[in-house]
Amino acid sequence: MSPILDSIGSVKAYGWGSLVSVPNSFESIATYSVGSGGSSSIEFTSIPATYSHLQVRVIARGTNASSSIYQKIQFNSDTSSVYADHYLLGDGASTSAGASVNAAFIGVGSTTAANATASIFGSIIIDILDYANTNKFKTIRNLEGFDVNGSGGMVALTSGLWRSTSAVTSIKFTPSAGNFAQYSSFALYGIPGA
Amino acid sequence: MATATYDCIATTTLGSDQTDVTFSSISGSYTDLVLVCWVKTSSNDIGLRVQFNSDTGSNYSVTQVFGNGTIAGSNRQSSQTSIRWANNLSTNGGIGIMNLQNYSNTTTYKSIVCRGGFASHGTMASVGLWRSTNAINTMKIFDEDSGSMASGSTFALYGIKAE
Repeated sequence: MSPILDSIGSVKAYGWGSLVSVPNSFESIATYSVGSGGSSSIEFTSIPATYSHLQVRVIARGTNASSSIYQKIQFNSDTSSVYADHYLLGDGASTSAGASVNAAFIGVGSTTAANATASIFGSIIIDILDYANTNKFKTIRNLEGFDVNGSGGMVALTSGLWRSTSAVTSIKFTPSAGNFAQYSSFALYGIPGA
Repeated sequence: MATATYDCIATTTLGSDQTDVTFSSISGSYTDLVLVCWVKTSSNDIGLRVQFNSDTGSNYSVTQVFGNGTIAGSNRQSSQTSIRWANNLSTNGGIGIMNLQNYSNTTTYKSIVCRGGFASHGTMASVGLWRSTNAINTMKIFDEDSGSMASGSTFALYGIKAE
């Protein structure tokens, strides 16, 4: 263990790594890290129904010859037009909002691509609420963004809908163009109920 | 088999007004960090800044979107010496939540996504960039106008480990 809370103004205080835990508050289910060849999609399968909610934490970059891409999310291999999303976005100068309805995917997670400054990846956090419930359609919320130090970027809040009462058992991420670049990472967590 | 995670690494409640809080010697054993804080600031509608690994170079930038009850807007600060990651805080307190993903990798620049605000002043989200491939081992949180963070302000740093 090592002291990590080093200084508060002139006051010295200490915390201890991993000493205080919140057991069972969050569980790591699976993680994918994209290798040197890139990846055309990432899919979590056989997701157990034992949690209350899911969270996917992503850093991503695309290989497409553009400044940015976004990600298409589909559940349970459902490619029909039963998805919708809304977004609120800031691009550093102005705000915008928009929506898609009767779409074949939820569009979220804008991130950098090949034309953006090297080594910059976007950050995306997706919450999938009550994913195993078979009595309601599934709703997600998302916080995402990337900044390229004056050469573009955006930050957005997004919600998405999958009009299905099926429990979510698989989640597929597909880049809007090209592949996911090396070092992109997708981590799926489960949040247990009480 | 899934592995339980989301550990509280350190937490503190300020017993007196302070200019900054610094977490140092942060272990690289987690995948992500989450900082959750409730802060009273020295005046209304100002923000909190963060600086990593004592880097005072102009290597930081941020893009924000915000609403204050009347307007929605977006702004950007580039080539800064720190990231203004949460604003709309107030003398009555406000919250900031910062996510630092893959903070210990030494290949990519570090991006953070954050939420902040206080109900009577506004709400915001931000994405920040630190143009460094160094693993984050220190983070300094401070009031952007060099004022004090008031007694009673709380800070908690969590670690999440992906298997």
